Amino acid sequence: MASGIKDKVAIIGMGCSRFGERWDCGAEHLMLEAFDECLADAGIEKAQIEAAWLGLCYQEQSLGKSSISLSQSLRLPNVPVTRVENLCATGTEALRGAAYAVASGACDIALAMGVEKLKDTGFGGLPARTMGTFEDLWFPGVSAPGSFAQLASAYAHKHNIPMDQLREAMAHVSWKSHENGALNPKAHLKNRITKEKVLNAPMISYPLGLFDCCGVSDGAACAIVTTPEMAKKIGRAANLVSIKALQLAVSNGAEMFYDEWDGSHAMTAELASKRAYSEAGITDPKRQLDMVEVHDCFSITELVTMEDLGLSAPGQACQDITAGVYDRDGALPCNVDGGLKCFGHPLGATGLRMVYEIYQQLHGRTGERQLDDPTLGLTHNLGGFPNRNVCSISIVGLYE
Amino acid sequence: MGAYAPRRRLLRSAIATAHAWAKPGLKGLGKGSRAICSHDEDVITMAVAAARVCLGGGDNRSPDRLLLASTSLPFADRQNATVVGEALNLAEDLQTADISGSQRAATSALLLGLQHGGAECMVVGAEKCLTRAGSVEEFTVGDAAAALTTGEDQQLARFIGSHSISRDMVDHYRTAQSDYNYALEERWIRDCGLMEIIPETVAALLTKLHMLPEQIDRLLIAGVDGRPAAQIAARCSIDKMALHEGLKAPIGHAGSADALLLLVDALQAAEPDQHILLVGFGQGCDALLFQTTDIVHRARESHGVAAAIAAGVDDTNYLRYLSFAGLVDIDWGMRAERDNRTSQAAFYRGRRAITGFVGGLCRDCGVAQFPKTALCVNPNCGKQDTQDDEMFANKAGQVKSFTEDWLALSLNPPLMYGSVRFDRQSTLMMEFTDFDPGELSIGSKLQMVFRIKDFDPLRGYHRYFWKAAPAAE
Repeated sequence: MASGIKDKVAIIGMGCSRFGERWDCGAEHLMLEAFDECLADAGIEKAQIEAAWLGLCYQEQSLGKSSISLSQSLRLPNVPVTRVENLCATGTEALRGAAYAVASGACDIALAMGVEKLKDTGFGGLPARTMGTFEDLWFPGVSAPGSFAQLASAYAHKHNIPMDQLREAMAHVSWKSHENGALNPKAHLKNRITKEKVLNAPMISYPLGLFDCCGVSDGAACAIVTTPEMAKKIGRAANLVSIKALQLAVSNGAEMFYDEWDGSHAMTAELASKRAYSEAGITDPKRQLDMVEVHDCFSITELVTMEDLGLSAPGQACQDITAGVYDRDGALPCNVDGGLKCFGHPLGATGLRMVYEIYQQLHGRTGERQLDDPTLGLTHNLGGFPNRNVCSISIVGLYE
Repeated sequence: MGAYAPRRRLLRSAIATAHAWAKPGLKGLGKGSRAICSHDEDVITMAVAAARVCLGGGDNRSPDRLLLASTSLPFADRQNATVVGEALNLAEDLQTADISGSQRAATSALLLGLQHGGAECMVVGAEKCLTRAGSVEEFTVGDAAAALTTGEDQQLARFIGSHSISRDMVDHYRTAQSDYNYALEERWIRDCGLMEIIPETVAALLTKLHMLPEQIDRLLIAGVDGRPAAQIAARCSIDKMALHEGLKAPIGHAGSADALLLLVDALQAAEPDQHILLVGFGQGCDALLFQTTDIVHRARESHGVAAAIAAGVDDTNYLRYLSFAGLVDIDWGMRAERDNRTSQAAFYRGRRAITGFVGGLCRDCGVAQFPKTALCVNPNCGKQDTQDDEMFANKAGQVKSFTEDWLALSLNPPLMYGSVRFDRQSTLMMEFTDFDPGELSIGSKLQMVFRIKDFDPLRGYHRYFWKAAPAAE
């Protein structure tokens, strides 16, 4: 296996817009809002950025194709800009592009921007797209909650856990996200809820109720990356944050068409996290990681992800979750910023938003929700559906 | 032979109750039930269901001709019988035709099949009856289908002869532009139509065959029952005990398909060497006489009318029925607004997969897969161009995972779907149908059914594919 990019790329600045129903502005402004914070944080001039990557998923509903929207919105000095899209892993893909450019020596300083403007579409949840391919002729007209809800039926069956018990653990996940989101000024949802409210909410896709589902949001997040050497050169050596691993695993149809996978988890998350641990030199993630930001598009996704990442033993996520292991004051805090559920889920921005939270935690800047001296964190995105998806993992920590 | 009736049986009492505010007089019609198509059923899907029973019940013969009889064909210009043939995976060197335009469509199709020499002909009749809300007809009709194969081998009954009269009596009509039948005065139809034309046709047939009315063991009069049927039998001098009681009570008269349903039902109950007289009425009359053979008992092995009736579940939701029938305009929200255009080029390339549910079976590793692609899906194989055709339509399945989705668009919410496990290590995400909320569980046994997959209201089009339904008990 290749040696990887551990500690070859440093993050010297990050920014994140306020997430939510941003009726007040368009995607262009959201990017600028994140970028202004990021540039100030990095302490460099815009002209020093040599290349940029734009992550945007639903381009047809917002900024259109190509990377021009980023270049134009930020008035970048005609540098190379690339637009990437990989479902909910889009934001992490933008970071991967920028990080690889720096790691390869192609450029010294690069920008990764992720953005999504979904509320203007008028849809609750993700917008329905136009049909017309061969797959549309046979694939069910699924929704995102319905696709992820199946994890619950298969997981409960596999581990012989009564659905009521599973739903209680799922309710804990959503309750925790709201507890954390309440402490995050940039979060879409800042209200606290009770577990009873989660359990008694209207059903969206059995067994996922309204509060088991994240909504969609408007928002943008970005990072400026460079080499550790360059970071030191420009006076950013203190508390330097570096990328330890960036990995991706993409389904090849086996989960969908070959009856080996049992439907109770995401096969790609297991693969991508193993690769990432290897790249980062992590042997005991449960102990070595100080925090995780996982793709809680639905409560059940977070639950099974804890096992896919090797943090909970198979079949034990329910107990660990209800025991508070992943609460903000637990052994391994998960989604301390409120996660997709409460910080919000602008698809293209989400991966970068997760890195933003870890970055801010590493710098001790997160106010009431600040953890005690974290040094290493992991982000996880799952784009698509459990039976066919793109899983991205990034690990970032203090530069040693 | 085979028969099919949709699972839902709308109780006529529910129809009467819904109309009581305006038409209390309809209360007297509120007995029995009406088989109603679900949101994803039409004449083509019912025809496929009945024809699959017909093919599966015998020795998997492949007919030379396929005739589809109906007055409610979903496509006015796209041959419906061809779709049925492709769904059945019949060989392409097949003569197909839609027979329509009259309540005699099925008896006409049957005659065409019987008069076709030694070639095997599958005759399928299906009707999805669209009726105006609050009409008498709403209480009397029902949706159903039946299929029979004619030919020289393995005859359950011999065709003895027929007589037809063509006479333009407008007892009811439906123009090409209208949705509903316009019915004329009942007593005039009975006295001057049914009571005159049917006995006249029967008498001519018996005379032609040198037979007497007493020799008729079973009289089947499509679309007529009760006292008028008994009066017709009497006018024909046929013992009223020979008269089939009709299917109005359990499922309703299935329009032109009624004739084939009655014949299937009569053959299943018949003894050897009995004479069965089948009558179809509409702008004249067809009368067909059959004599059962020594092997007629084999008919009882098929899933026939009694089995189709027994598979029903009562339904009292009149509003849902109106929605299924397109008689009420429900607001399905923004997700129903998406453009749903079909790529006909993509469909044409993939139509064996879509209509025939044909996947692949890897010669190298033995793994079945849908859709069939160039590279085997088995991660331990992955070989190229190693797949033979594999039929998925007749596979049994099991629920591997499922959900009931109230967010996704369905004209019968919740949309139920999940992973289905098949044999040979194959699995597929499919839509479930004919399940009610709460009925699905991991491991539930499934059968594959051909249904409407999607609608394109903008272009007046709809697509078909296969769904997973509860396995027959």
